[in-house]
Amino acid sequence: MNFEFGLYVFMLAAFLGFELIRKVSPLLHTPLMSLTNAIASISVVGAILISGEEHVSTLSRVLGFIAVVAATTNLVSGYLITDRMLKMFKKKEPSRK
Amino acid sequence: MTPFGLLYLAAAALFILALKWMSSPATARRGVFAGEFGMFLAIVGTLMRHEVVNYEWIIAGLLLGAVIGVPLALFMPMTHVPQRTAISQACGALASALIGTAEFLRLHPSGFMMAALGVEMLLGYLTFTASMMAFGKLQELLPSRPVTYRGQNLVNLAIFLVAAAIVGALVLDPTKTALFPIFIALAMMFGIQLILPIGGADMPTVIALLNSYAGLSACAMGFALDNKLLIIAGALDGSSGFILSIIMCRAMNRSFTNVLFGAFGQVHAGSAATEAKPVRSASPEEAAAILEDARSVVIIPGYGMAVAQAQHKIRELHDALVKRGVDVRFAIHPVAGRMPGHMNVLLAEADVPYDKLVEMEDINPEMGMTDVALIVGANDIVNPAAKNDPASPIAGMPIIEAAKARTVMIIKRGMSAGFAGIDNELYYMPNTLMLFGDAKAFTAGLVKELAGGH
Repeated sequence: MNFEFGLYVFMLAAFLGFELIRKVSPLLHTPLMSLTNAIASISVVGAILISGEEHVSTLSRVLGFIAVVAATTNLVSGYLITDRMLKMFKKKEPSRK
Repeated sequence: MTPFGLLYLAAAALFILALKWMSSPATARRGVFAGEFGMFLAIVGTLMRHEVVNYEWIIAGLLLGAVIGVPLALFMPMTHVPQRTAISQACGALASALIGTAEFLRLHPSGFMMAALGVEMLLGYLTFTASMMAFGKLQELLPSRPVTYRGQNLVNLAIFLVAAAIVGALVLDPTKTALFPIFIALAMMFGIQLILPIGGADMPTVIALLNSYAGLSACAMGFALDNKLLIIAGALDGSSGFILSIIMCRAMNRSFTNVLFGAFGQVHAGSAATEAKPVRSASPEEAAAILEDARSVVIIPGYGMAVAQAQHKIRELHDALVKRGVDVRFAIHPVAGRMPGHMNVLLAEADVPYDKLVEMEDINPEMGMTDVALIVGANDIVNPAAKNDPASPIAGMPIIEAAKARTVMIIKRGMSAGFAGIDNELYYMPNTLMLFGDAKAFTAGLVKELAGGH
């Protein structure tokens, strides 16, 4: 019944996601999207598992490798640009005369 | 519990904290750090697993991905954020699609596992091509107007049903591998078809929706690999993208199905009947004089500001007016621009303090007391037809009520209609001044006038 357990985990996480995201101010919707986009690159876990297996066909190895590259690109650029954007949000008027 | 299981648990908690901290600008950067750390733990945990024995390919892949990802993040101009999000999304979706494919080739699974892999690959491949199409349209490599033809929805539905039917067939009988390449082709085709009828104004909704699909694909992978971390992270992303696209739809008073299946760009024959009505236009000198005498100014930016890269000049205008004691604020429509929150990021880049950015619902009650509404590169989001004309294609869409301001100024390149192809009666109102010109150049002209005036 592992599948059923998985569905419960999914259901709880989805509701939690809804509640958390609803509280995010529209001001931050773009950084929020890049952050969740970066979190979706968690698929790198699956990619590593495929690429690291001992006995896999060359095709699977190549697919796994491309997947690692693609997921890492998503991951690295997603987190970096989110931080770059957030750095720009300032509350106080910067004092420059 | 295995050591990597503990790391996965910690990673899941950190992802949840990351989203929680995103709720306010004060804690948002901490949220990014939590997300990064969570991802780091997830990768370390995975590398520790005993199934992983070959490290060369993994290390090479991680390094290559970082080499591509770093410049993509650091050198991308802020106006290109929607494109970057689309391409990054395409990468994530491709990864999940390829992992699904590799698992399928390796295990030839049946039953539940095949169903999960099927969902993963379907969402992965379609999100990959759809995101590439969205990238092409945003980058203007492809024509950004909607492409429609008769029977489009029927064709799309057929493609989707056949792809789903193949997954069904493979669930029952995994030996039918000959169907597999057809399935991949159909899924990719569906992604392309999905974006063809999407025009610029629908991009925010669609980008958010694709974000959700990418997450759900990772989630399905979690079911296939029996990995709870993937399920949690994917579900968080899936619900986030979904809720954002609902917010976007609501901001346009349109239903989900309407965005996806009813291309907006078809010009309604009735509303195209425009006779040449007189408009009043003004020079930078005249406009600057009016701005100078105003007590309160509300600036309403739209996608045109991003195209013209006018955000820095707008900030200078803001500074010049504030120096003269004018109260200047920015009114942000939820769907202004090409992705949720696009305008906020651009204005933040130009150093506009974020407490000056006001949401539509909060600014509208004050528009009646505003001296000047200055519209920069926005059209449909201020079109009074949305309120007054039930036959208009944008009828019912909430708008920023610029028309209520004492004077309305519109910086615009020419008299062409907006994205929705609808004329804007705002242009012909007696209190409206059209400021014809490029948004950046005209704003620069205003700043110069204000500086030289005294």
